[in-house]
Amino acid sequence: MSSRLEQQARPDSMLINMGPSHPAMHGTIRIMLELDGERILNSEVEVGYLHRAFEKTCESRTYFNLLIYTDRLNYVSPLINNLGYAMTMEKMLGLEIPERAQYIRVVMSELSRISDHLTCLAAMAMETGAFTAFLYKMKAREFLWDVIEQTTGARMTTSYIRIGGVRADLHPDFHVALKKGIEETRAVLKDVHGLLDKNKIFLNRTRDVGVISKEDAVAYGWTGPCLRSTGVAYDVRKAFPYSSYDRLDFEIPLGDRGDNYDRYMVRMREMDQSLRIIEQAAARLPGTAKALTAGGLEPAEAIRASRNVRVREDIQLSPNLEGSEKKRYPGLMASSPGFVVPAKDDTYTSIEGLIRHFKFFMKGHGIRPPRGEVYFSVEGGNGELGYYIVSDGTDRPWRLHLRAPCFHVVSALEQLIQGRYVADVIPTFGSMNMIGGELDR
Amino acid sequence: MAEEKTLAVLERRFPGRVRPAPVPPEDEVVEIEKSDLLEVAAFLKTPPQDFSMLLDLTCVDYAPGTPRFEMVYHFFSLPRLRRLRVKTRLEESDLKIASLTSLWKNANWLEREVFDLFGVAFDGHPDLRRLFMYEGFEGHPLRKDYPLRFRQPRIKMRP
Repeated sequence: MSSRLEQQARPDSMLINMGPSHPAMHGTIRIMLELDGERILNSEVEVGYLHRAFEKTCESRTYFNLLIYTDRLNYVSPLINNLGYAMTMEKMLGLEIPERAQYIRVVMSELSRISDHLTCLAAMAMETGAFTAFLYKMKAREFLWDVIEQTTGARMTTSYIRIGGVRADLHPDFHVALKKGIEETRAVLKDVHGLLDKNKIFLNRTRDVGVISKEDAVAYGWTGPCLRSTGVAYDVRKAFPYSSYDRLDFEIPLGDRGDNYDRYMVRMREMDQSLRIIEQAAARLPGTAKALTAGGLEPAEAIRASRNVRVREDIQLSPNLEGSEKKRYPGLMASSPGFVVPAKDDTYTSIEGLIRHFKFFMKGHGIRPPRGEVYFSVEGGNGELGYYIVSDGTDRPWRLHLRAPCFHVVSALEQLIQGRYVADVIPTFGSMNMIGGELDR
Repeated sequence: MAEEKTLAVLERRFPGRVRPAPVPPEDEVVEIEKSDLLEVAAFLKTPPQDFSMLLDLTCVDYAPGTPRFEMVYHFFSLPRLRRLRVKTRLEESDLKIASLTSLWKNANWLEREVFDLFGVAFDGHPDLRRLFMYEGFEGHPLRKDYPLRFRQPRIKMRP
């Protein structure tokens, strides 16, 4: 068996492979090109090199456990994947999320969105020869990831947003780090605007290259910045506001031509909006209980004391809990005992707490949503990130399907590069922000 | 005035051929017969329904239940900002359904994915091949009877 392209190719044309391992194919994807000189007559995109059976694996994991797999979908913005999954489950279970957790989620998901856009544009800039812009953007991303790492403990595999809320409270120095991150990112965005916006080389490679019409973009199921670059104002955050986006003030930047340059510009301007959202949300964060700093028994002391009489004093479990103390739970987690992780303070200090802990994590117990199915989506870095979950009433999903935004975007690649030159593949592909983990699942 | 439910519109247009889902969730869900799919989809795509976007298309394996498979389509109407889920059941013995590639371009890859992972054939699909798996892969991994840790036989080296 040979591919469609090989069968249809003209005898005098040349067949050439780009990828699956190619420096400009960030992510493993194979594009077979049928060339007449430098011109692309036909092409065929082959995906699946990063297929990790995400959906199959999820069917054998409990609802709580499979959260970590969602980190690995769009690995540049894991927090948005966490959010999408958590919110789908919350819709299924009917949970009410505390206001503080909602604002934390907004801040985190916008930080991820910026890092997603920065990564995409950095790679795109580098591949068109603008290495300085690449380094600047990577620098900004590091500052944002510092903020994320401080609170969540990881740069990429965060698993921070959980069903029912968020895992832990923000780091005490969060606002300081965030302020620095925002300042640095603003400075970088300004620099990059200066470097690229009117750069002749960059314009030649992107203006009127990879053009898609409004109608085609919709027919291909495009969403996110790529759809908005064609002038269609669809953003899940505005159309179906979730978390607290309806209480925040932001705009949806639009393009008009739907070419690579518009996709670049929409992403650049979206980052400005995301910074605005972060500032508003961070300013509105409701207060929280202070961590237990002094007083309280050390765990060993508590165990000794409990041999004679039940300990009534607070037990000093912090700093190991890193912001997930029971006192803070009302601001972070929904108050639905069966669906959220029991507070560690209880687990370690009372038998009832220990039993609740086991009941939550034991096979066959834990989170068991009612039978039914649910679809929910959030605005991911690439567009509408939707989860479709079918529950059969047990503690693991019967079926979990991810609507990956870049799946739909990349499926239009063949059409966009048809009749163009080989060099146009690079910026066109770069502006799509294909993420292997999300596309291949 | 509240907008009319798509279900009501569909019931008027296709009397007796459209059913509401047994448990009405928050989303709008309708069930149809598989032979009506193309007709219903074309009706939904045109204004005034205007579900211009095929948001998602997937399959669920309900083994050992019968009919075993269920196709799930998510349509989205941009001007009206509304989603609709259309479901239809497929018998294991007749695992075939009309392709939507003539109406939506992204149906091409989506249907290839379902063909790859579930083995559902799509009538009228221009290029029905596996999408994620390689040529020579045996079985359809998202079916319930495909074991999680199943090892595939080696395939011949390709020229």
